[in-house]
Amino acid sequence: MTNAYIPDGPTQLAIYSKMALLKINDEKTRRAISTGRIVMSFYSYRGQEVIPSALAVNLRDTDYLCTIYRGIHDMLAKGMPLKDLWAEVAGRMDGTCKGKGGPMHLTYPKKGIMVTTGVVGSSMPIANGLGWGAQLQGTDDVSIATFGDGAANIGAFHEALNLAAVWKLPVIFVCQNNRYSEHTAYKTVTPIERISDRAAAYGMPGIHVDGNDPIAMYAAAAEAVARARAGEGPTLIEAITFRFNGHVFGDPAGYIPKEELAAAVEADPVPRFRAKLIAEGLATEEQLAAIEADCDSQIEEAITFALNSPFPGLEELSSDVYGAAA
Amino acid sequence: MSQDKQITIVGALNAALADAMADDEKVLVIGEDVGDPEGGGVVGVSSGLSTRFGDHRCRSTPISEQAIMGAAIGASLIGFKVVAEIMLMNFTAVAMDMIVNHAAKLRYMSGGQTSVPIVIRCMTGAGLSTGGQHSDFVEAWFAHTAGMKVVAPSTTEDAYGLLRAAIDDPDPVLVIENTPNYSAKGPAPVAGHRVPIGKAAIRSEGSDVTIVAYSRTAIESIAALPTMAEAGISAEVIDLRSIQPWDEEAVLASVAKTGRCLVVHEAVTPFGPGAEIAAVVQERLFGKLKAPVMRFGAPFNAVPFSKVLEDMHIPKSARITERAIAMVKG
Repeated sequence: MTNAYIPDGPTQLAIYSKMALLKINDEKTRRAISTGRIVMSFYSYRGQEVIPSALAVNLRDTDYLCTIYRGIHDMLAKGMPLKDLWAEVAGRMDGTCKGKGGPMHLTYPKKGIMVTTGVVGSSMPIANGLGWGAQLQGTDDVSIATFGDGAANIGAFHEALNLAAVWKLPVIFVCQNNRYSEHTAYKTVTPIERISDRAAAYGMPGIHVDGNDPIAMYAAAAEAVARARAGEGPTLIEAITFRFNGHVFGDPAGYIPKEELAAAVEADPVPRFRAKLIAEGLATEEQLAAIEADCDSQIEEAITFALNSPFPGLEELSSDVYGAAA
Repeated sequence: MSQDKQITIVGALNAALADAMADDEKVLVIGEDVGDPEGGGVVGVSSGLSTRFGDHRCRSTPISEQAIMGAAIGASLIGFKVVAEIMLMNFTAVAMDMIVNHAAKLRYMSGGQTSVPIVIRCMTGAGLSTGGQHSDFVEAWFAHTAGMKVVAPSTTEDAYGLLRAAIDDPDPVLVIENTPNYSAKGPAPVAGHRVPIGKAAIRSEGSDVTIVAYSRTAIESIAALPTMAEAGISAEVIDLRSIQPWDEEAVLASVAKTGRCLVVHEAVTPFGPGAEIAAVVQERLFGKLKAPVMRFGAPFNAVPFSKVLEDMHIPKSARITERAIAMVKG
């Protein structure tokens, strides 16, 4: 790790601000569902806030993101506006996809959020295409594919990594290894300790990083982004994290041993990083409390906006199937 | 271009790609073996393109159908128009998630914010003894998917014109090329020619029965005309050219005139495109029909290897004649 990849104070604060937004948004989403305010399938990302937050501070709006159903944290970190997000998950006309995509297909090209897929593994081949496009255009924009540990066992992962490496595409494959593929523990379905070891098979660098450590995650992301922007090709980052909740909202997650979950929650990266910033004098308690209060009120405002937005009219049912011929 | 000049279907497709790439630098070609060092495509459809336009615009890929489709989709999301070759139609099955769940649906699921203007070229068709995984017609999978368009040219002019139209089109279009028909010759298309997607061609006018066909079966139906005429039957042959969308107007107008409709395709009959066409014809023309709408597709089995069996798998002209006679003469 070089000094260039150590985040300065303001960057650390920016990372924390995103983490706080993500955490509060996850909590409020689960509350909105359990109180019946919103009906949606929700794949909680609570516990995984560090990865997209430390990644996104290295990105521009013109960099591309392909994420998955457990990806609202990725999108918020990349700049998805809260009102557009909440109106979409509420199925309303003001949603970013006019209510036609929902939580698993959120899209917001203005911030480079190009594809959200509900299919495990499918973010990767499409991220390659976006990176290929950037390469052809001669920009130094990069393309991010995020996915879970389960997706490292689907064919698309291997096809995508191979093509990205052989075409030297500016793509960063970010595996958020939360230790469970849906209900199945990592070791039950994956014979090697580290998914990042698979990078070597495709001739690309593989970085194994503590995805709950914002400083380490920042460095991993910065290194991979710099490599991609310089035209030096793709990187596979395996960021180790832990999912605090079940696969989907309502899943009691009985398959996660109690001690394992308790240890992960005990090591919750959000309050841990908060305490670190204060201890190191990078922020004050009041400053962070104000950031959190602001996140809270922005989300409340977005929920109110969403619930007051009209449902799409029937004319939306069969529009946007095909475009108008030129 | 002289009307006398004859070229093959392969030549027409090659000209369409070359002209499209010359007209628009956003047009790209990818697929297995498509570059000139790899032969310019297994039958030469992309021959010369990488040499003329550069290997960044015509690029050979690994044998990775999901990666090919993903690359095409991703680049198309930011303004490129990618013609992706999936060598054989059966191999689309390997990339079905990319095609059906993503290419076809991203426009709708994003509320119109994104679109996927790609072309998927593939070849298929029985007749060369390539067996059960190299020659199926599986167009119904795609025609059944909202967001997809499907075309199947049978002539040189349609091969050129439909491929150009597919490249222009704002949505994913599957272009089905018939393997045994690749070397058939026909008039050289005029440069820039377009065949509108969704528009059928009436190949022969007739009064007793409408035969709706496409790809090889359109050729077989035309070949059946003399024997049908000898039997005293006047058949109107409609080459559908586009399967999704299909030209309902042309088919209904013809069947309203003839009162009889025989749909012929090389896809297996059950749940094939003929089922949809027959349903629409009877819904719209029930009182005007002189006979039940009939389907003649391949039997419900995989394409067999043995030449004798394979010949019986394909709806060929002699048996099209028999079906038409049975419909008209009862």
